[in-house]
Amino acid sequence: MNAKSGKGFGILVTFCAMFLFWILLSGIFDALHIGAGIICSAIIALISHDLLVKEKGDKMISKSFKFVIYLGWELWQIVLANFDVAYRVLHPKMPIDPLIIEFDTSLRSDFALVTLANSITLTPGTITIDIKDGKFLVHAIAKKPADALLVDKTMQKKVADVFMEW
Amino acid sequence: MVLIDVIVILFLAAGIIFMFTGVIGLLRLPDFYTRLHATGKCDTLGEVLIIAGLLLYHLFVYSPGAELSVKLVPVKLLFLIIFIFLANPTATHAIMKAAYKTGVKPWKKGDARM
Repeated sequence: MNAKSGKGFGILVTFCAMFLFWILLSGIFDALHIGAGIICSAIIALISHDLLVKEKGDKMISKSFKFVIYLGWELWQIVLANFDVAYRVLHPKMPIDPLIIEFDTSLRSDFALVTLANSITLTPGTITIDIKDGKFLVHAIAKKPADALLVDKTMQKKVADVFMEW
Repeated sequence: MVLIDVIVILFLAAGIIFMFTGVIGLLRLPDFYTRLHATGKCDTLGEVLIIAGLLLYHLFVYSPGAELSVKLVPVKLLFLIIFIFLANPTATHAIMKAAYKTGVKPWKKGDARM
């Protein structure tokens, strides 16, 4: 796929996504609203197509599929995180021992880094403070969740698997 | 109709319980960073559960037989859930980073409460 057709593909995908979004939000199907939707979607697609679609189509489909599976796992982790926080907060002695840890990742693309950072924030006992060149600074509420990131690296492996960056 | 009422009430109650633990955490935990642990996590799941309850109620009670623009309301609620999932951790992270850069000292075990 050369650069020019890649750009056209990006514009088309952005246009379809924006128009679908418009239809779902408006729910009115007369000529005026549909026409306005087409014009607005076209303008947005022309200006900002490079934000949504950056790479070739074939790789994106398998990535999105893996991403959906990852989201399922992530949802379960969020539920666990809430029970973890509830336990620590409601326990009379409050079993917390906060510490700040630092670790490297092999991830480089922005989207992968954002996914990992948000996942860390939503999973039990850890919040991302800062990312610099793939180096994460994480605040952990106790020793055990910090070890999950430093020793097991389950989450880093899962995100790297989704975005195919090892 | 009774079954859907029960399910919706369970969703709403679970959401409120999680929001409530978030508030208790905000009051009980010792410093800025650990308080963000409570609010960042409990708020996300609490809000999502409440909106999911509203979504189910609308889907089963209002939507059947309604016109299309009313039928699309659950889709909008679904968008809200997605945006909360994206925005809440990002905002937590931004507040955390701002505090860290301005030199708010993290609480260590054994310190006095701030």
